[in-house]
Amino acid sequence: MSVRRLDPNQPDSFEFTAENKVWAEGQIKKYPDGRQASAIIALLWRAQKQVGGWLPEPAIRYIADFLDMPHMRAMEVVTFYTMFNLSPVGEHFVQLCGTTPCWLRGSDELKAVCKKVIGDERQVSSDGKLSWMEVECLGACANAPMVQVNDDFYEDLDAENFEKLLTDLREGRPVKVGPQGGRKGSEPAGQLTSLTEVGGAD
Amino acid sequence: MLQDKDRIFTNLYGLDDYGLEGARRRGDWDNTKDLIAKGRDWIIDEMKQSGLRGRGGAGFPTGLKWSFMPKESDGRPHYLVVNADESEPGTCKDREIMRHDPHKLVEGCLVAGFAMGANAGYIYVRGEFIFEREQLQRAVDQAYDAGLLGKNAADSGWDFELYVVHGAGAYICGEETALIESLEGKKGMPRLKPPFPANVGLYGAPTTVNNVESIAVAPTILRRGASWFGGLGRPNNTGTKVFSISGHVNNPCNVEEEMGIPLKELIEKHCGGVRGGWDNLLAVIPGGSSVPLLPKSICDTVLMDFDSLKDVQSGLGTAAVIVMDKSTDVIKAIARLSAFYKHESCGQCTPCREGTGWMWRVMERLVTGEAEVEEIEMLLDVTKRVEGHTICALGDAAAWPVQGLIRHFRPVIEERIAARKAGGAVPVAAE
Repeated sequence: MSVRRLDPNQPDSFEFTAENKVWAEGQIKKYPDGRQASAIIALLWRAQKQVGGWLPEPAIRYIADFLDMPHMRAMEVVTFYTMFNLSPVGEHFVQLCGTTPCWLRGSDELKAVCKKVIGDERQVSSDGKLSWMEVECLGACANAPMVQVNDDFYEDLDAENFEKLLTDLREGRPVKVGPQGGRKGSEPAGQLTSLTEVGGAD
Repeated sequence: MLQDKDRIFTNLYGLDDYGLEGARRRGDWDNTKDLIAKGRDWIIDEMKQSGLRGRGGAGFPTGLKWSFMPKESDGRPHYLVVNADESEPGTCKDREIMRHDPHKLVEGCLVAGFAMGANAGYIYVRGEFIFEREQLQRAVDQAYDAGLLGKNAADSGWDFELYVVHGAGAYICGEETALIESLEGKKGMPRLKPPFPANVGLYGAPTTVNNVESIAVAPTILRRGASWFGGLGRPNNTGTKVFSISGHVNNPCNVEEEMGIPLKELIEKHCGGVRGGWDNLLAVIPGGSSVPLLPKSICDTVLMDFDSLKDVQSGLGTAAVIVMDKSTDVIKAIARLSAFYKHESCGQCTPCREGTGWMWRVMERLVTGEAEVEEIEMLLDVTKRVEGHTICALGDAAAWPVQGLIRHFRPVIEERIAARKAGGAVPVAAE
């Protein structure tokens, strides 16, 4: 459980762009007739993207109306699922994994970098470019420690390459998504220990 | 050691094309029609014979699970739901399947869907896996374009629609009934069982929820035969398994190995050994954060399968191996897991909602030694009051790591409390 409250500062209204409306109608079609509520997570996520990384209260009402469900049901969903941000975030929103597999490999050092480069947790930097928070396991443990920035995973981090990553993001320089070392995915570094015979399929 | 010819996930590392062309080259979608033509009973029987046990953590026999679906529809549709809400700390195997070998999963969905009389399937991907979800969607689109999904899928005579959907950051949605609730657009709070999903699942219709890996291995098992898969590993613990190894090893990785491989061999062969050598090993969590840790003395000889790990009071879980060397503050490592479970408890059942917070607060004090020795026993007692007293297994999962710590590292905890007292610091009363 975690405490989840709406931001005190809210915009007056929200509406999907024409493009997002069409997209949302398409999402609803994935489910049987009358089960449009199933699309709520996808639609809220899209709304969060449209707003720029967080969900204002008018957007929550809008999505509930869009899906013909009580506002309260939408509020329940928004406050239950922690990927919905209830307050504004930086242009580059850093989610730092701090669960044991990442912690064992130095996530505390990454946390210190966040504090140094960005500032306090959940506070948007003064230039609006960055904010960060610690999250629970992001499921890339063989590439720990790692962070997610907006949609992308950055893995095999250390204090040095992470600080450079944050600086590059802030300055708008191109960055490499995925493992920051020499790995492509989650294969062992150096020599492969399996899948060395190409075409080993049946 | 498993040979490459017996590996199912031949593109686990993404070194080859993930798409349909690459998948076909690797043997996927090869006469899927013929597999389906052998009929539901044959498929389910073959899956049972293979001995495949669910790869999502609980290890329930997959073929048996499929057989629970009603033989005939009573008018309600049947659903296949794939649990791709991979969130168990330490586990990162389904991610590799979705982004590097997604057609194994897509083909598996068709075959499994047919075997359980389902004309529709939903793959529920955790919200954070955005690239993986998009990659999987691309694979699904390719399959539709090639006529492998949809009406008369793969020319089999069976209609099958497959949808990729996602969550938004809730570990609990990996529990099958919470996942179903989430799919229906609600908070992910587990349902009381019975009724089981095979009778009343998604939208009140018969539903089977399977892990990504369980579904993705099915077509290969059916093609190569139950006896091939059953011949790997040990009885009741057959086949191959993708292991995720993280923490203090030289080369953390995912690797597909034979079930029952010795833990030491797994680490030494594929991960370049424990950092600082095997003798520098302190403990291993062998199956994802939920299972009790094992001290080095057990790690020396234990085999990595369901029954071997159960025999040493732990579990295979998701086969996510978290390695800790002697530099680790083991109390802190487990306290961080307690924080995880406190954060992820859905709040429905009182023992879990209150217990996870209580256990975490005590664990935090044990980290600093700010406690009384009697509190260790009290903590153990509380874990037993949470375990088995909740609707779903999250309560158990929160209790087990703490129990494992006390079982194997009680002297370390006591030593820290004693050191704190000797240091003259005054312990603070419990909240």
